[in-house]
Amino acid sequence: MNKQEFLEKLKNGLCGLPSQDIDERLSFYSEMIDDRVEEGLTEEDAVAELGNIEEITSQILNDIPLTKIIKDKMKKKIDLPIWVIVLIIIGSPIWASILGSLLSAVISIYISFWVCIISLWAVTIALGASTFALLVCGIITIIKGNVLSGIVMLSVACIASGLSIFFDYGCKWASKGIVLLTKKIGLWIKKLFIKREDA
Amino acid sequence: MDIQLKRGLLDVCVLAAIKNEDSYGYKIIKDVKPYVELSESTLYTILKRLERANMLSVHTAEHEGRLRKYYHITSAGLNRIEEFKNEWKEMLSIYKFITKEDIQNEQTRVS
Repeated sequence: MNKQEFLEKLKNGLCGLPSQDIDERLSFYSEMIDDRVEEGLTEEDAVAELGNIEEITSQILNDIPLTKIIKDKMKKKIDLPIWVIVLIIIGSPIWASILGSLLSAVISIYISFWVCIISLWAVTIALGASTFALLVCGIITIIKGNVLSGIVMLSVACIASGLSIFFDYGCKWASKGIVLLTKKIGLWIKKLFIKREDA
Repeated sequence: MDIQLKRGLLDVCVLAAIKNEDSYGYKIIKDVKPYVELSESTLYTILKRLERANMLSVHTAEHEGRLRKYYHITSAGLNRIEEFKNEWKEMLSIYKFITKEDIQNEQTRVS
């Protein structure tokens, strides 16, 4: 890939961002390539040293807050012809409700993920608590003379503690997964906004 | 390394790279490289952040028939470096406290 191709690809990847931002990034990378070429590298090698283009665009998108992207979108929307704005307003009862329901569907799915995790944690805590309770009750029962039921209680306590440790690992693993998923969704939404502009 | 910690470190690294004389993007990367990994996109973000915080100023100058951006450290930037040095003096004394036992163990083993 030579310099021209690299800059072209970068521009396409960032398309949808404010044009001033894009220009600044492009001139930054262009300077980086020129400086490497000046040191004796070929254009291809200089571009290769910058790294994977997809990774670069993803990192740039990650660095720019979603609110900024949306704000710039809003600014551009104002340039629409009047009849489009009128149509948008007249049609708002329809599209706003559809958009609203779609949005709430997505949010509720996301919340349900968290609810699952919260309930997993609740189970873990409950198991831990019952371990403790059964231990105390078992010992008291044995002291009171009812050895057999005391032993049963103690063994159930053992099972509960084992399960709680097992669940604890599961919870941690699931929580990490959700955090990762949140990041991915964030990037995906940004990309969605930028693709819109592209079309 | 912790991401927040690394971000703070990189900011100061970039400031240190332009401390003695104005520098440009590629030179900063080359100067910092022996000490810490710094990618172009990370550098861009750092330069922007430092510019917004008035710790450096940017000017464009012609070089070999093309334009190149040069970064100049401001007094706020120099202050930040001094601040960092003091912070790390504190950090070092904490580190010494944390590793005190290790060092003692090491010494008893040697003697």
